[in-house]
Formats: sequence, structure tokens, C-alpha cells
Amino acid sequence: MPNITYAQALNEALREEMKVDPRIFLMGEDIGHHGGIFRVTKDLINEFGAERVRDTPISESSFVGLGIGAAMTGMRPVVELLFMDFALVAADQIVNQAAKLRYMSGGTVSIPMVVRAQQGGGRGNGAQHSQSFETWFAQVPGLIVIAPSTPADAKGLLKSSMRAGNPVIFIEHKLLYNTKGDVPEGDYSIPIGKAEIKRDGRDITIVSYSRILLFALEAAETLAQKSIEAEVIDLRTIEPLDMPTILESIKGTGRLLVVHEAHNNCGLGAEIIARVYEQAPDSLIMPPRRLGAKHVPIPVAESLEDSVLPQTADIVNAVEAMF
Amino acid sequence: MPLTPERLQDAYRQMLVIRKFEEAIRSLYQQGKIRGSFHPCVGQEATAVGGCWPLRKDDYLTCTYRGHGQAIAKGLSVRAAMAEMLGKATGCSKGKGGSMHFTDPSVGLLGANAIVAGGVPHAAGAALSSRLQKKDNVAIAYFGEGAVNQGVFLESLNLAVVWKLPLILVCENNLYSEMSPSHETTSVVETYKRAEGFGFEAVQIDGNDVEVVYNTVETVAGKARAGGGPFYIEAMTYRLWGHMMGDPEIYRTKEEVAKAKENEPIGRCGKRLIELGCSDADLTRLDAEAEAVIADALEFAEASPAPLPADALTDVFI
Repeated sequence: MPNITYAQALNEALREEMKVDPRIFLMGEDIGHHGGIFRVTKDLINEFGAERVRDTPISESSFVGLGIGAAMTGMRPVVELLFMDFALVAADQIVNQAAKLRYMSGGTVSIPMVVRAQQGGGRGNGAQHSQSFETWFAQVPGLIVIAPSTPADAKGLLKSSMRAGNPVIFIEHKLLYNTKGDVPEGDYSIPIGKAEIKRDGRDITIVSYSRILLFALEAAETLAQKSIEAEVIDLRTIEPLDMPTILESIKGTGRLLVVHEAHNNCGLGAEIIARVYEQAPDSLIMPPRRLGAKHVPIPVAESLEDSVLPQTADIVNAVEAMF
Repeated sequence: MPLTPERLQDAYRQMLVIRKFEEAIRSLYQQGKIRGSFHPCVGQEATAVGGCWPLRKDDYLTCTYRGHGQAIAKGLSVRAAMAEMLGKATGCSKGKGGSMHFTDPSVGLLGANAIVAGGVPHAAGAALSSRLQKKDNVAIAYFGEGAVNQGVFLESLNLAVVWKLPLILVCENNLYSEMSPSHETTSVVETYKRAEGFGFEAVQIDGNDVEVVYNTVETVAGKARAGGGPFYIEAMTYRLWGHMMGDPEIYRTKEEVAKAKENEPIGRCGKRLIELGCSDADLTRLDAEAEAVIADALEFAEASPAPLPADALTDVFI
């Protein structure tokens, strides 16, 4: 199995699907000859031409809106936003339009559109280029929200997203693009809505996703040296949430920590913990915890950013405090 | 196909259907049978019929919350429209969309929109889609002059020109943005000049003359079908009723509205038909035919069942 980067895996997913499905076309800033600032669309314009790999002006609302119109009329657009922060510029088109047009039409139209964007911090990009918005989108009925952490998941889930027939917010992470992993060749996909246990353990369940999942796995190794075996669940899909996998895991461990890079306030940690208490209140042997960004905008200086975003050591400490 | 005297009679009847539809809704609204808002298009029937009739069924349309007329002119069933207004399961959106979201892709109606200018990029996207699929369908987007200060509108103007889309933008300039005179809030209120600035082939026309609107749209639709575009039409018209039910209309005088009525499109079309040889009896017959369409739709809608509560949970995803 080839060992390739997360960016290459996404590129493969786009290339393979575009080859077999002429309805797919791409829109975004600098995605053509430049290949995208993170190289996800590298060389696709050479293979598929400028009609299907379309460089856009810097006007997110309109090109997301054009994607919606194209999706309603037989095409399958994949729209790239340079930074997830810019999704707010296109918020009307994503939240008021893409998410609702099918419902408001009584099911007579559909919006098979993928909106891809990278998010998150750790690179000193500052408060308008480092945010994590998965919970914002998960809160809107009508959107599917995906956030893969590995190259293999990125490829398999992007393929599923392009085939989903519904609006998908596909969340990448700017510091995952150069990470490498084994990725199956050719046609394979990963089902939307299925979490994966990335590490088995009997003592505590850590639920995470996207880049910070890698921190959780690192933390689990440190904890193992201290005789705490953590089970690490990668959600992969944020909405719809795979609660059965979480509930099954905590049945065995009795402890739950949710780790995300997004802010804690009204975040996914709160949601998952609430659902656990609703659906399996007796499965926990102690109160669950959550770990997310501190409630300030994301700062630039490394010392500041590292103190705001959860680090591996924070995960280790949070787990140890539960024993 | 030109608007022959015979077809002009049909257009007259179609405008009457739209007018009577809005009058019926007002009456239902006053009886408390309509939920939510209702933004009538009374006085703007010529832009709807003149703009939609030259198009094919498979051409695309997006419109606004004041879009009942365009939806019906494009082919939306009056029964399904009426049932949607009454929140019935037989409505075009099964009661989930209501007055501001009439949709019927089988006649090219991609949706009315409750966000000002929100549907404009969708029409542009449909136009792009047509080009990418090597089809000759065109897309038309209706909006009011109140939309021209929205960011997404201006962004879409730019993209439509850059990508040379088979798109027809129709601005129904009715002089008022919601409840404010547009000249007080808009830098260049002759909106076609803005479009020209973006590189559009743009015209300003009499939007209350159904023949003028029809001929203009027919011409540009032909050009767009043949590879041209985009085109911008500013159709000057007037909203005879308020922005919505309950609008106190403090921003204009009764005299102004009375004067505008002299220029309203249905009366003008009737006069034109008389010039062309129709009799008063002909006009009365056309009126009765329109009345019958509305009576039938009302009967159908009133007799239709409400959606089941459980239906609220369907139609989110495919």
C-alpha cells in the first residue's frame, strides 16, 4: 500500500472520482495552475482542463452559491475555501441556502455539493485563519460534517462525500497535509457516519478527531507507560455522530474524555457528554471531561497559541486526573 | 415565438391569474388562514409573464419572496401554489416551504428565496451547469432593485461576466427597497448602469408593458442560447400594494399609488388588446377564465389534507 501524504490522498480522491464522474468539477481560489496553497488540487487542471478546475475570484458567497445552482441542475461541484474562517463570508449560502433548499422544496431538489476547507491552529496563522468550526456546521440541519485525521480516511471519506448527494462540509487541517500514511489504491471509500477505534484500551475512552487525534494517540502511549490503557476513538464524521461506537467503548472503560481543538463553549465535547448522559447514564464510573481551546481568539506567538490549544501533555494530565 | 395577438390574450389571462392569486391570498391572509409573511407582486405581473413566457420549460429560474407571479408564469401549478400557501400536503413543497420558497424543478423553478439576492448565484450556477453539460438551457434570475447592494449580488455580476454565463438577470425596479425609497439608499439607482460597469450588455425597459418585456427577454434568451451572455434587464415597474401584509406604507402617498395604477400592466394590456381588435366581451371572458383557475385552485387547496406531523422529519437529505 503506497505511503502518501494527506494532501496527496485528497488529490487522488478528487482525480479518481473526476475520472469516472463527469458531473464533478472544482471551484476555488488558486486551485488551477497553482494547485492550491496546500497542493491538494496539484496538476488536476492539466488532466481535466480549466472548465472543470475553475479558479475563482475572491468572492466566497458567490462561488459557493454558484456551486449550489450547479448542484441543483445535474452537476457535482467540489468547492474549496482557502481557510475555513472564510466560510463565514459565505455563511448565508452554506447555512441558509445549501442546508435548507432541499427541505424547503419538499424534497424536489437536492444539493450534491462538497465544500472543502482546512481549519485549525498550531501554525501561528492568527485569529482569523486558525479557527475550528465543526460544531457551528453540525448545529445546522441539512449539512453533513466530516473531519478525517489520516491520509487513508481523507481519501475514503472525500470519495464518499462526493457520492453522498447531499451538502457536505469536508474539514481538513492545515497541519495534516504533510502527514503520511498508508492509503489503499484505487476505488475504496469509507462510510460517512462511522467512527473508528484507532487504539484499543480498557481504562478510558478518549474521543477525538482531526489533527488533535494524533495528540491523543501520542498521549495514549505516554499513559500506557503509566499503566493506563486508553481507547482512542476517531469520530471521522462529526455529523451524523456515531454514538453507538462511543457508548460501546465506555461500557468497557467507564471513563470518557472528549478532546477537540475547537473551543469548549457549546462544543462537541458538551454535545457528546450530554448524549452519553441521555443514552447511557449508568455506563460511567466517574464524571466525564472535555478538553478544548481556551475561550479566547487564537493568538499568534507560539507560547501563546500552545497555551490556548490543547497539547499532548494536557491530554495526559486530564486523563491522569481521572484516576 | 413572437407574442401574437392570440398569445397576448393568453398573456393577459395569465397576468389576471397572478393578480387574482394574490388577491385570493390577501383574503385568506385576512381570514387568518395563511401563516408567516406574504409579499404580493400586484402591479408587477408583466415582468413575470413577459420574462418567463419566452423561455423553455427546461430553462432555469430563481426568484424572490415576491415571486408568486414568476413561479406561476414559468409553469408552477396554481393548485400546488395555492395548497402551499395554505400549508397543505399537496403544496409544491408539501407545506415545508410556504410563500417565500415556491420550487418546482420540473418547470425549471429552482426556488424562490427569502434572502435578498440569495438566489442570484444559484441561477448563475445553473447557467454554468448548462454550459458544462454542453446544453443550451439559459437561466434567469429575478430580483428587486433592493438586491443590488448585497455583496453576493455584486460578486455574482462579476463571475457571470468573467465566465460568460448564459444568464439573464432581471431587476424589477419597483422604486422601494422593502419600506424605503431606493434612491435614498442606493448610489447608482439606475441599476443597469452598475451592470454595464461590470461588463454586462444591459438595458432599462418599461416593465409594465408585457410585450416589451417579452420581446426583450426573447431576444437575449436567443443570444444566450447561442453562446452569448450574460444579459441584464432593468424592468421599471411599481409595487401597487405594500412590501408585505401589514405594511402601513408611510413612505409614499395615496396620490402616488393612484397615479401608478393608471400605468399598471393588466389595464394597459387590456387597452392594447382592444386596439388589436378584441371586444370588451373578450376581456370579460378572459377575466372569467382566470377567475375559474383561481376558484379551482382554492377548492383543491382547501380540500387537501394537512401534512402529517411525522412528515416534518423527511426531505432533509436524499
